[in-house]
Amino acid sequence: MIIGNYKSNYNSDESFFGDWPNKLAFIFLCVFLVIIPFISSGYIIFLFTQVAVFIIAIVGLNILTGYTGLVSLGHGALVGVGAYSTAILQNQFNLDFYLNVPLSILITGLIGVFFGLPSLRIRGLYLTISTLAASFIIIFILRNWDSLTGGDSGLILEPIEIFGMKLISDNDKYYFIIPIAIISILFAQNLFRTRIGRAFIAIRDADLSAEIIGVNIVKFKLMAFALGAAYAGLAGSLWAYNFLAILPSQFELHLSILFLAALVVGGSAQTLGPIFGAFFVVIIPELLKWVMGFLTPLNPTIMEYTAPANSFIYGILIIGFMIFEPMGIASIWARFWNYVGRWPFSP
Amino acid sequence: MFDPIFLIENSITGLFSGGIYALIGLGVVFIFRATKVFNFAHGAVIMIGAYFYLTFSEILISFGSPNWLVFLISLPATFVSSALLGMIIEKFLMRPMMGQHPFPLIMITIGLISVLEGLSAMIWTPAAQYPKPLFPLDIDFIGSLAINRQMLFSFIVAIIIFLIISIIFVRSKSGVAIRATATDQSTAALMGINVSGVFSISWIIACVTGSLAGILLSPINSLTPSLGIVGLSVISVVILGGLDSIIGVLIAAFIIGWVESMASHFLGGQYKEIVPYVIVLLIIIFKPHGLMGTHQIDRL
Repeated sequence: MIIGNYKSNYNSDESFFGDWPNKLAFIFLCVFLVIIPFISSGYIIFLFTQVAVFIIAIVGLNILTGYTGLVSLGHGALVGVGAYSTAILQNQFNLDFYLNVPLSILITGLIGVFFGLPSLRIRGLYLTISTLAASFIIIFILRNWDSLTGGDSGLILEPIEIFGMKLISDNDKYYFIIPIAIISILFAQNLFRTRIGRAFIAIRDADLSAEIIGVNIVKFKLMAFALGAAYAGLAGSLWAYNFLAILPSQFELHLSILFLAALVVGGSAQTLGPIFGAFFVVIIPELLKWVMGFLTPLNPTIMEYTAPANSFIYGILIIGFMIFEPMGIASIWARFWNYVGRWPFSP
Repeated sequence: MFDPIFLIENSITGLFSGGIYALIGLGVVFIFRATKVFNFAHGAVIMIGAYFYLTFSEILISFGSPNWLVFLISLPATFVSSALLGMIIEKFLMRPMMGQHPFPLIMITIGLISVLEGLSAMIWTPAAQYPKPLFPLDIDFIGSLAINRQMLFSFIVAIIIFLIISIIFVRSKSGVAIRATATDQSTAALMGINVSGVFSISWIIACVTGSLAGILLSPINSLTPSLGIVGLSVISVVILGGLDSIIGVLIAAFIIGWVESMASHFLGGQYKEIVPYVIVLLIIIFKPHGLMGTHQIDRL
């Protein structure tokens, strides 16, 4: 856990990006993201879009689990709620995406609050269990409400249409989703400069003390649930528009565990955490596929091992990072730049 | 649908599966009482236990051993390897995190679900397998009531083991040590109780009873790496029982087993899988400490 937040003056405490290297890095990153489609292949673009969707979901989980300290095992199912509400709104009510996405966010946020209600009475472990139960119940409904959700065979939907132009190619979706991801990261970053975000952190670090200094715990916990779920809803909505086909099995417990793995590996309660984490969990399966492709001549059935090997590696990563590097890659990254910044005299 | 014989049969089936749930729940409660860690991976542990049994029994069968020899060797071998698994988990994953905030411990058990599931799918393939059942798959009739003999015997074994472990927990010296540690770790350590030894023992007990539950469960449910997810539904038993009460778990297991089979009787088979989670949510909202759990002042 982070113990302190070392700042030497009020300006740096209130600044959005921190010091000038951060600003510069952000500008470079934006330029880089704009030019990627010109210099790389379609598959890389597709992966980047997927990373962006994951980042949005994990930023939501970071608000809930990283900053507020409420471990959620139902985040994957909430992403599913977002994806399904988008698909259902489009298929059943013929709504356009600019109504669809906000409505999905709203629906998912409300469902998130509903499943956050147990947090009025309980905390810690019980809350994790109630989100786990919520996850199973949501998936059960998605699987069994055939008339609305298409049951096990899922739903398909139409691509986004902006000004008569359909976003079908990887490049189009990339340019649509990446800005949304950047805005949602910045929104979360800003959140923790406000009273609300600081109340979240106070609840995580010492809930009793927080209540004594005037933080309404119930209200802020529910708000954290609403915000986390809203992010999940946005991610789900974009997920649906990115893949154009959704299945209930995609949103089961393993997705929630994957998000937690990404959060832990990336670094919880840090802005960069979800970004590193999302890259990590998207890259690992690709690396595995590559390695397995390498090994296929030796053993033709080895491709079957990809999925289990994946879940094995995620688990090992969660455990390993929890034991050896609880603050994740983001803290390694921060240490590295700290070292560089003080270079000739670094410890 | 409202045939009384069928209803009674289903009730009995529900109570029988309740026996196995009690055995699974016992492991979670043991670990929770001793170490204050809720083991989300217990379902995965019982799944691995069942796979151990599958491996040992198939090796023995491939040597052409008679039935009694298969059971005589593969059961103890399964228990020993499960105990080793428990020791390894405790020693290498839980021990370094002892005395920390609960978040990393919860995360580690969640990571363990992934690790054990992935590992079992890699070693034993994801396909469904049917280990040699401990008891014959016959059906007995009492009047016109059909009773599945396998479930009956599984129930009896589960309950006997449950009672033995509970009596050990109440009477024996190590049971007292476990309870002392559960009440206050530092005081227990000052009184000369080997606290890390207690942690080890409770993980071992949990894994061994879990593997037995896995062996009893797998001929009924078929053995796949996702048996761990089925085992996860036993969370409802533990929560209803009150997380740290052994008697509570026994009562709750029967209630959950019965409600499950009633749900599948009246609503349809697929509702069976969701009932435990609905119960969990209801208990957590209305009675967080379950039937017999200790009331702690940690509500906010």
